Formats: sequence, C-alpha cells, structure tokens
Amino acid sequence: MSMPQEHDYIGLSEPLPSEKSSDKTTAAAAASNVERNGVFSLKETELRLGLPGSEAPERKGGVGIGIGIGIGVSLFGKDESKCVKSGAKRGFSDAINGAGKWGLSINGGSEVDLGQKGGVNVSAVKREIPPLEERKNEAAAAANTAPASKAQVVGWPPIRSFRKNTLATNTPKKDDVGGNSGTGTSCLYVKVSMDGAPYLRKIDLKTYCSYTEISSALEKMFSCFTIGQCGQGLAAKENISESHLMDLLHGSEYVLTYEDKDGDWMLVGDVPWEMFTDSCRRLRIMKGSDAIGLAPRTMQKCKSQN
Amino acid sequence: MDQDHKKLKESPFPCEGLEKVLSFIDSHKDRSSASLVCKDWYDAERWTRSKLFIGNCYSVSPEIVARRFPKIKSVRLKGKPRFSDFNLLPQDWGANVHAWLVMFAKVYPSLEELRLKRMTVSDESLDLLARSFPGFKALSLSSCDGFTDEGLKAIATHCRTLTELDIADSVTVDIGGGWLSCFPEGFASLEILNFASLQCEVSFDALERLVSRCRALRVLKVNESINLEQLQRLLVQVPHLTGLGTGSFMQELTPRQYEGVQSAFSNCKNLQVLSGLWDATSLYLPLVYGACASLTFLNLSEADLRSGELAKFLPHCTSLRRLWVIDTVGDKGLEAVGLSCPLLEELRVFPIDPYDLDNRQGVTEVGFLAVSRGCPNLNYVLYFCRKMTNDAVATIVQNCPDFTHFRLCIMNPGEPDHLTNEPMDEAFGAVSKTCTKLRRLSVSGLLTDMAFEYIGKFAKNLETLSVAFAGSSDRGMQCVLEGCPKLRKLEIRDCLFGNAALLSGLDKYETMRSLWMSACNLTIKGCRLLAKEMPRLNVEVIQDEWSDETHANKVYVYRSLAGPRQDAPPFVLTLGGEDI
Repeated sequence: MSMPQEHDYIGLSEPLPSEKSSDKTTAAAAASNVERNGVFSLKETELRLGLPGSEAPERKGGVGIGIGIGIGVSLFGKDESKCVKSGAKRGFSDAINGAGKWGLSINGGSEVDLGQKGGVNVSAVKREIPPLEERKNEAAAAANTAPASKAQVVGWPPIRSFRKNTLATNTPKKDDVGGNSGTGTSCLYVKVSMDGAPYLRKIDLKTYCSYTEISSALEKMFSCFTIGQCGQGLAAKENISESHLMDLLHGSEYVLTYEDKDGDWMLVGDVPWEMFTDSCRRLRIMKGSDAIGLAPRTMQKCKSQN
Repeated sequence: MDQDHKKLKESPFPCEGLEKVLSFIDSHKDRSSASLVCKDWYDAERWTRSKLFIGNCYSVSPEIVARRFPKIKSVRLKGKPRFSDFNLLPQDWGANVHAWLVMFAKVYPSLEELRLKRMTVSDESLDLLARSFPGFKALSLSSCDGFTDEGLKAIATHCRTLTELDIADSVTVDIGGGWLSCFPEGFASLEILNFASLQCEVSFDALERLVSRCRALRVLKVNESINLEQLQRLLVQVPHLTGLGTGSFMQELTPRQYEGVQSAFSNCKNLQVLSGLWDATSLYLPLVYGACASLTFLNLSEADLRSGELAKFLPHCTSLRRLWVIDTVGDKGLEAVGLSCPLLEELRVFPIDPYDLDNRQGVTEVGFLAVSRGCPNLNYVLYFCRKMTNDAVATIVQNCPDFTHFRLCIMNPGEPDHLTNEPMDEAFGAVSKTCTKLRRLSVSGLLTDMAFEYIGKFAKNLETLSVAFAGSSDRGMQCVLEGCPKLRKLEIRDCLFGNAALLSGLDKYETMRSLWMSACNLTIKGCRLLAKEMPRLNVEVIQDEWSDETHANKVYVYRSLAGPRQDAPPFVLTLGGEDI
C-alpha cells in the first residue's frame, strides 16, 4: 500500500467519494455550525488535510468550518490511516508520530483556511509544517501500519459474557468480571477524563502494548468531545520513541497526562511502557496550555528516577 | 322490607364464590387490579394468589410479602438492574436471594417453583432450598451467579420431585460436573434439564442413565462437553423431545457414526426448539435437518455460520417463528431468512466481533431490510450492526408495523446514518410513529434530542427504554419522562443528561419500576434533591473509583415499600436527602 488507504469500520479499502460517518469532525474555535435543512451535515464541516496532490472530497464551501459541540456530536470512527487526510488538529497524537514532526494547533478565534487539495495553511502555528518529503513519508508509514487497537468501553456493546462465540472471548485479556476485578484476572482499568468533556471513560491498560495504541484508541474514544476548541487527527501507527513525545507536545491543543502512584501528574510518554502501566492511576486529557508547566517537572522526575 | 335491606348489605358475592372466580386469574397485573376494587376483593385475592411475581427484589421485603400472601406456590423474582449483565455493577452489589428463601421456608413450605433472574444465589441458599420444600418442582436460574457445583449437588440430591432444572445463562466460576451424578437412582421426574451455559464436564454415564429414567423428559439442553456421538445415544432414549440443546459438533465422525447421528435426529419428530450447535460446520450441520420440520425456535447464536450454510439450513425449517444467528451470516444470510422464513416473528443477530478487533463486516441495513420484506409478522428484533440508515429503518417498520420489541444496537457509539451522515433520529422516529404496539425500545447511533422528542410523542405503549451515548441536552430525557405514560424501566448510560433531566421525572419515578443512569452528568447534590423530594424512592449511588465528591457515576432509582436497603454494601450510598 503506497497510498494511505482509508478504512472505515467495515474495512473497505477504497477511499469513498462521499465521506462516511467514520470521518472525524474537527473544529475550529470559531465553532460555527453548518446546518443544511436543519440537519447537521458533518461532511460539510470537516476540516481535511491532504498531501499535495491528494483529493479532498467535494465540499460546498471552500472554507474550513468549525463545529460546536452543542448537539453532542459523537463519532467513533474507525479510520486507521486517515491521518494525513483529515483532522487539522493532531493533539498529542502528533507527538508520538515519529516520522512527521508536525502538529498543528488551531487556535481559538481564528478560522483556518484549508485548501481543497493538500496543504494546510494555518494561521497561527506554533511549529513548522515539515517539508513535503516528510509528509509523504508519514503517509506511507501510516499506510503500512496495522489498524489501531480499539478502545474498549466497559460493557459496550451490550453482549452477555456467557456468549462464547465472539472474538472477544478469544483475546487473552478478556475479563468477564466487573471493573473492580476482585477475582484477580488481569485487567487494569483506569479512568480517563478530558477537560471539558461531560463524562468519563474507563479503559483497560492491559489491552494496549504501546503508547501509539493507547493514543489512537483514546483519540477515537474522545473524538466526540470537540468542545469548541479541539480537533482530532488520527495517529500514525508507527512505533515512537518516547523522546519525540516530549519535543512535540508544546504546540498541541491537548495533551495526555496521567496521575502516577505518587499522585503526581505526568506527561504520558516519559517512561517506558511497562513502567507507565505500573504506575498509572488515571489519565487526563488536558489542555496543552495547562500542561506546559508539567514538562520541566516530569523531565526532572524522570531524571531523578533514572 | 327488613330482609331486603339485609340482603343488600351482604356482599353480592359470597367470599367463597369470589375466591373461586379469582382463582382462575393468573396474571399478576390482573390480580393487582382486582385487589384494588375493595377490601373484600383484596382479601379474596390475597388468599387465592399462588404465583408471586416481584420485578425488583428490593421494591418489597420478604416480610411484607409473607404478611400479604399466605399461599404461594410459585415465585418469580428479579434482582439486579439489567446493566449488570454487561459488567456495569460491582460484585457484591446485592440481590442475594437468601433472605427470601429463609422467609419462604418458614411461610411457604409447599413452594413448588422458584424462578430467579439476575440474583446472587449461594450454595448455602441452594442447600436451604433443597431441604426446605418437600414438593419442590422447578428451579430456574437465569443470569444468576454465586453458586458452584456444591449447590447444584444439594438440589440434585434432595429434590425428589424435581421436574425442572434450568441454569440458563448463569455465570459460574469453573465448576465441576459432579452434581449431575448426584441424582439418585430412583429419581425419574425430570422434564426439563438445561445446563448449556455451565462450563463443566459431566459424567456422560450419569447423564445417560438419568435421561433413560426420565421418561417425561421434554427439554434437554446439554453443554459443550457432550459430543455428537454421545448426543446420539441420548436422543435415542428421548426422541420425543420438544426442546434440544446439542453439545459440541466438533468431532470427527466415521460414515457409520454420521448415519447414526443423522438417523437419531430424524427420529425427533416433535422438536420445536433447537440450540447449542457449537462449532457446527457445513460438514455436520446437515445432521440436524431431519429434526427441523416442526421447529419454531432455532438458536444459532453459538454457531458462526456463513450465509451459504444458513441458506441451506433454513428451507428445512418451514415453521420457524424465532431465529437467533451470529452476524457471520452477513446480509446475504439474512436475505435467505427473508426468503425462507415467512412466519418469522423474532430475529436476533449477535456480533461475532463486538469489539471490532478484526474488522469484520457483520450485517448492515441491507440484511435487516431483506428480512423485513420477507417476514411481515416480525415483532421482535435484536440487531447488532455497524451501519444503519434512517431510510432503511423507516422502510423496515413500514414492512413490519407490529414490532413490540425493537432493539437496534449500532455498535460504534454515536454513529450517524452511514449514507447521509445525519443523526439516526428519524429512524427511531419512524419506529415510534409506526409501531403503535411498541413496548420495548433500545436506541443507538448518533442521536439528538429529536429522537427522544419522537419517542415521547409517539411511543405511547413504551415500557422499557435503553439509551446509550445519545441525546443533546437534558430535554431529551425530559421528553421521554413526560411523554411515555407506560414507561416502567429506563436505563441510560454515557449520555449527557444531568440533574435537570433527572429531576424532571420527579413525578414519574413512582410509577416506574426503576431508573438507571450511569456515566451521565449527575451529581450527588442532584440525587440528594430527588431523594428528598420523593421519600418513597430509593435513590442509590454506586460509588466506585470513578466517582468523586460531586460526580455520581452510577445511579439507581427505584420505588420501594421496604425503605432503604438493609443489605447495601459500603459502596452503595442510599441518599436520604439529609443535607443538600
């Protein structure tokens, strides 16, 4: 696969001309809704990014438009490699994208003009957009990686645990006991909250093996909470090195942080994965501006632990 | 003149006459109505009621029940809220049957039937049950937990007149199968035996002997540990079965064995219900064809068939009314359903890949449409899919307007119409408008308040509503609470409904069995306010690691005559509205 392929949740591999529900919606802080016939047409409001030369889908207006989340838009798409085709907002997922060092921040109050084809002009960008070759590399890299693991929301879909003939029962971590896991089966539920989101989620850390997996899973999980100011991108699926995470967090609108055993809030990605799952007590997707203060502390703590 | 007066003063019916008449009334709803007519009727009713149904074990206490009804022979008791089936309830939440059994042992020694759903049943309780009721006949444990083979051993050993043992869907830790061997040699009364969901190895010898003794056996559902050859030996004993749950089909059969099994199935002329079929492949599935002519319920939810296999199977089942399948059959398989099952009333399609680990296609609106075209009598559907459209649902309910139960689960939370990208509001609007007999509805997909406006406006017979990842404001929930007069159970998870929505139902909750709200926007304060305003409701907040001082993550509200739970574990906070 040399071109990034769009996978929706049924695994079709051709990018479909009419973008489906699995598109992520992104929002500029302008947060103006486009409503057609009183119905919220998500396709119209989508911010897309494309590589130079790639086709963006048909749209009626040429301007990127934001979406306010008043109507509780909730999309849990399953796009794997759409990272370069949609989503101006990368958030912390950019940070863990090793190949492309780009992260875009759509700042509050400014509308973003997205070209129809490729390229992104972002008015206030805190970081450079990487040169063409890197973006192409990222696209290629994205296309080669496996689908992101799916975040599992507790008790959803509503299937009875005695049903043996489902794939889930074949996965090693399958746990039929409630979240308190008193029986000692291995699962490690932690609470995930996102600033501004109306409710919390719970995920099982043991279902993930790397930061990449968890980041893409969380992005999908919380993609619905585009509370005015954030957008989503889709993570590239390559392996990352943890140090990249540190470099790239600064400009992002949202960062992923966690509370460790000591009660300190740390940036996710500092420490080796196993250490992270051991010490993580809860996760919080916080606004980038709030997280900036964290960085020096975590570096220090990291150093002191090493 | 005086004598006329005297006659007028006497009750128009002598008590005995009234009691005789009332003894013909079975439905607990009718009996409840009768009991409200006047004191005499109340008394006559309570003396003649023999079947007890309690939909929420905490709505009333064993003592209250014992005082009112002196002559109960059959009890149906339900415990935990339904979302406990999906691990949303911590362990040890409650619904333990023991206190009830202690009371029953004291007050109803002639108890014959006990049917429990979502209750915790310990071995000690089963032992008490086995020893306390000499005429005990039927035990049914649906979605129960807490027992092991020790408890089952007690039942097998001591219940001499047992006719039914049904452990459907109950969750046990790995237990042994020794209990089956505990039925005494003289024991021969069993009519219904279902241990299909138990994960244990039973002694086939004991089972075979049991089956050969119980000439009245009509329903036998074995578990996966029984193979085809063994099944054949059982079938030969009881070809008159009306209900069969097979064991595993994963066995290599010689041609001779194949013929033997096939012939055994062909001799089962009375089969109405068929289930099990674990690991049935196209090779061995045809073995059962001969038994399917009078089949009304085919449960393939443990057999991941493909469309072709289903298409070949169904023409043998000409009387089919209820069909459960896995979505591996795909839309094509459902097309076959539409073609082959004109009498179909109930369809359930379960996902092979609920967590989307494998990018399986599953079924879409295409399959559902195909079924609706071919099966106009469809009234019950449970459909798990990843894609749906508003138009399709509208067409489906035009084709099948008689839905009483419409449970559509679009598995990706908040998924819009996959063709138009619009919310799925219109779909459920169509269901609410068109299906006037609708009693149970589960909604899914991207939904705004509009969907709930429709439900509140049109679904006037709705009794049970399940909501997840939906709504745009408190108004959604309010529309339902204000609009659905017959609403009894409302269960909501992961929606943004908050205190205002909760409190909009102030006058409603006493007319309902229960309300469940988890991962919504409720605060302890809001719940306290509800508790304060409505003292006859139990407002319970389940505290887990995910709730904090303000956020009430799991809230369970139900009417109760028994007051706050006496057996609440420490993490269940019953709010009394003390300090707001």
